Amino acid sequence: MNEFDTLLSVLDAWVSKTLVILGGVFYLAGTVGLLRFPDLFTRLHALTKADNLGLGLLCLGLVWQTNSLAIALKLLLIWLLALMASAVSCHLIARYALYEQKTSTKGQS
Amino acid sequence: MSDWVFDGLLGTGLLLLGWQTLISRDLFRSIIWFVVLGLLMTLCWVRLAAPDVALAEAAIGAGVTGALLLNAYRALLIDKPPRHPSSVVARHRQTTAWAVGLAAFSTIVVGGISWALLNLPQAGVDLGTLVRSRLAESGVSNVVTAVLLNFRGYDTLLEVAVLLLALLGVWTVHPKDETFSEASSDFAQNSPLVGALLHLLAPLLVLIGAYLLWIGAYAPGGAFQAGAVLAAFGVMLYLSGRLTPTPTATFSLKLLLIFGPGVFSLIALAVMFWGGALLEYPKDWASLLILAVETGVTISIAVTLVLLVSGSPGLKRTYQ
Repeated sequence: MNEFDTLLSVLDAWVSKTLVILGGVFYLAGTVGLLRFPDLFTRLHALTKADNLGLGLLCLGLVWQTNSLAIALKLLLIWLLALMASAVSCHLIARYALYEQKTSTKGQS
Repeated sequence: MSDWVFDGLLGTGLLLLGWQTLISRDLFRSIIWFVVLGLLMTLCWVRLAAPDVALAEAAIGAGVTGALLLNAYRALLIDKPPRHPSSVVARHRQTTAWAVGLAAFSTIVVGGISWALLNLPQAGVDLGTLVRSRLAESGVSNVVTAVLLNFRGYDTLLEVAVLLLALLGVWTVHPKDETFSEASSDFAQNSPLVGALLHLLAPLLVLIGAYLLWIGAYAPGGAFQAGAVLAAFGVMLYLSGRLTPTPTATFSLKLLLIFGPGVFSLIALAVMFWGGALLEYPKDWASLLILAVETGVTISIAVTLVLLVSGSPGLKRTYQ
């Protein structure tokens, strides 16, 4: 039983850290994607996907550290708001880029 | 140790971002750098244990100012399309001498002020201790709100008036006969996602605004932060075409604009009837009066900020 408790506490300390670091890795991947991908759409893909997952893992890691339900719910809310905002802004940027492409090809032909 | 590394990164990042904002040749890029600078500045305020300032910086410094700058940039683009890069470079060289001169002048001024500050005699009273020892009299338990709305209420009253003056200034320089262009593009209007996002955010933003206003008495928050959150919602409505500019302001809109400064001034004067000085709230009524002032100011700040972004005298609802 005692050994089980220590195992739990060790796990407890590591789960949060792992989640936060994993979130950071996603941010890094997203940034590399933003810098290295060839066109706007792939860049948007890298940015939003990575940020969503990165922030999600970060919040999850922080939720693990808190004992307060209110803080946990606030962190969850932050993630959900960021998800919505990034999804819609990504959609608007992509939509505008598509429109620009269409009008520029029309002008050429 | 890790604190030092983090703070060092933050400070260096701040300086680099400030530098980028200033030297960037592309105006649009400068604006983006400025917004990022505001976000990093927010983190700096958090590190300095000033969450009230951090909230204000995030909401007003980065958020609303960013929207304001981007809107101004858009207006510039409509006015005159971007110039040929070479003419910009030529102008750059011309202004370099001016910039160097200005930089030298600013350095001397900042140096002089710093020198004067360093040589200031030690203050007779420790203001922090003084505020804390008399916090119970202020009617609120948040030190920052106690100072802003009670101990130094005069400053805040003038700040609110300055915001109103800024809007009057914008109205004055705006040509009267100009037809206000639609802020939104068809992309934002026709996109089903924007409407859905607004539907989700509307109750949430009102709730967060009210929460910030209420919590200001006990914890970081208050009228400016709450007003900025509500203004953010107004700016979203404006950018997505739900609110369109009008060439004149309706009476009710004007009333909303002066509501905050009006309530503040009336209360400031009214307390004199109870034998106090200007803005000296009676002790038992202090918390209620502060809440009344903050509520009024929140509404006016929100409306003023939205009108600053739209740059028009009025706004009207447009039904989709």
